[in-house]
Amino acid sequence: MQKITREQLIDKASKLLSNGTVSCVLGWKLGDFDYDVTPAVFNTVEELNEGFVFNDFCGANFSKYLVAKTGKVDGKILVFLKPCDTYSFNQLLTEHRFDREKVYAVGIPCEGMADIAKVKAICGEGVLAIGTDGEKMTVATLYSDEPALIDAKDVLAERCENCKSKKHVAYDELLGEEGDVIESNRFDEVAKLEAMSADERFAFWQNELSRCIRCNACRDACPACTCEKCVFDNPTSGVENKSPANSFEEKLFHIIRAYHVAGRCTDCGECSRVCPQNIPLHLLNRKFIKDMNEFYGEYQAGAEVGMRAPLVDYTTEDLEPGEVFDRRDTDA
Amino acid sequence: MRKCKAEKLNDIFALIAQDMTLYLPVDTEGGAAFTKWNENVKYSESLNTVRSPKDFFFPQTENLMAFKTEGKNIEIIDTRSETEDFAVFGVRACDTKSFDVLDRVFLSDPVDSYYANRREHGVIISVACTRPSETCFCTAFDIDATSPQGDISVWKTETDVYFEANTEKGAALMEKLSALTEDCDNTAVESAKESTKAILSRLPLKDLKLSAFGGGKTMELFENEAWDELSQSCLGCGTCTFVCPTCQCYDIKDFNTGNSVVRFRCWDSCMYSDFTKMAHGNNRLTQKERFRQRFMHKLVYYPENNDGLFSCVGCGRCLAKCPISMNIVKVIKKIGGKTNE
Ligand code: SF4
Ligand code: SF4
Ligand code: SF4
Ligand code: SF4
Repeated sequence: MQKITREQLIDKASKLLSNGTVSCVLGWKLGDFDYDVTPAVFNTVEELNEGFVFNDFCGANFSKYLVAKTGKVDGKILVFLKPCDTYSFNQLLTEHRFDREKVYAVGIPCEGMADIAKVKAICGEGVLAIGTDGEKMTVATLYSDEPALIDAKDVLAERCENCKSKKHVAYDELLGEEGDVIESNRFDEVAKLEAMSADERFAFWQNELSRCIRCNACRDACPACTCEKCVFDNPTSGVENKSPANSFEEKLFHIIRAYHVAGRCTDCGECSRVCPQNIPLHLLNRKFIKDMNEFYGEYQAGAEVGMRAPLVDYTTEDLEPGEVFDRRDTDA
Repeated sequence: MRKCKAEKLNDIFALIAQDMTLYLPVDTEGGAAFTKWNENVKYSESLNTVRSPKDFFFPQTENLMAFKTEGKNIEIIDTRSETEDFAVFGVRACDTKSFDVLDRVFLSDPVDSYYANRREHGVIISVACTRPSETCFCTAFDIDATSPQGDISVWKTETDVYFEANTEKGAALMEKLSALTEDCDNTAVESAKESTKAILSRLPLKDLKLSAFGGGKTMELFENEAWDELSQSCLGCGTCTFVCPTCQCYDIKDFNTGNSVVRFRCWDSCMYSDFTKMAHGNNRLTQKERFRQRFMHKLVYYPENNDGLFSCVGCGRCLAKCPISMNIVKVIKKIGGKTNE
């Protein structure tokens, strides 16, 4: 499905390594299966040839890795950024979370990444190999003699079905053609939740969040969550909690987290991608984004470096708190 | 061996549920999860539940005791109560083996009475696998997915369900089910086992080589340079430890309710920065050290203290759920060599 190939990326990375522009490469490393791809640092051309992979399962957003990795290397790190990753990249720069001088960013086009859970929902367990063939995907499993041929668009990850932009908002160099900010239907699900009664909405979130095992993967993968020490990890903070006290206690963790990333969340979708319990966490964040758009005018976190998010910026046109309450009353 | 028609399975469930709470895997938005049975829930044939059945015996949080102060007196309140009988249906061979691993921790001296209480009252009904996944590697730990352990073992074919009791508890429950089941020989079960074995022999991870691991390998493996690379992208999220059927570490904490204190325990994870934090601070300061702890514990320290038994059962949950796709198989291959050639 991807238009850019592994070979093109290795070629680019090898050149930049060989001519000394960068000292290492942040890329995806192939695992035991075609879909189990691990973010990794590659130091040599040989390492790239051996383990670098680029396929429809290279969803991990590398921006956040730059916070830790830029402090550790001499010279520059080459990072490949999909359009959505570039928003996180800018947002992190806005927050001074890494040194721009230590990064060489190459924008790469993206046709949307696949979700292995969706592949398995169609083809079953026992996936042995996944190949691409234009708009189709071939899936060989333990249980069929012939590989299944499925439409790549049927297994797109949720965030890619609702992609908001094919445009890269940050890079040093771009591979392939630049895309545009696109119309998406990403607020449709939020609108459905808004249309529910308060009780229905409560039941919806209770059902979803009661599955949370508090593994913190959502927080740890989130590029907006970059506190050196999260308040929830600090045993002396009084709110540190390694596990839910009851089946809905997690709402606090999630609501606090959603507030903390409000205005900074770029809607990259990493939280929902990594959740082992398939909780649609992105809907919480999108609700905040939708509200901010409606209250303060359209705002996309990470669109430019240095933007001031509406929640931390005061203008005389700002909505009065009372108006928010009025709106709530007419909604209910 | 006893059997019943496949369409009678729900009657079996109903009969079990007359006397005890019955849990079985049910498909949810988040994948299969053990759920309390009632007429309206549908048994899921799904291979592995997202959360393992260890939750029934070692829940994520549980209260241990409470304290109440009045003036200068502290009252200590025992919050334990006798667990009621319950049954868990649909446990896979790998997960039944995980109870051996947990038992050695919680039932050796001093016995953990909270865990023991639940073990005494729980009946495990395992179901043999017929469609293993590519992430399954129970074979590496000599676990036979076609002959799962537990109090009762169950085999399902298209038309029938077969039962075999393995323990007294299992026999007592089978006795109760006698009106719905009939005696039979094991021909059909044997042939079902054969066809599953043919699939198991084609699993991509079947040749995982474990000879580099086990008791006595600490010095050799501790400073292995591969830990740097293996752990470099680990987020420290702990997902792997929470979905793992054999991870057994917990933290004990006091919760101040305002007028009393409740002492509870909850799962901990060696992947967390405050794991085993002591007065002097932490003994594992980097994610590499925490990451190494998880795998050294499963593959070296635990077997060292438990007659060579590894504390991984090859269920594949961590393979499926790690956000960065780093897992015990990659560790075994990188450090222990690729296959048994
Ligand atoms: S990733 Fe999912 S299960 Fe883990 S803490 Fe976040 S919401 Fe809970
Ligand atoms: S190995 Fe994976 S699941 Fe485990 S803590 Fe690291 S990132 Fe999380
Ligand atoms: S380490 Fe992974 S494969 Fe092994 S028992 Fe735990 S979750 Fe299963
Ligand atoms: S690891 Fe083995 S026992 Fe466990 S589900 Fe897979 S095939 Fe069955």
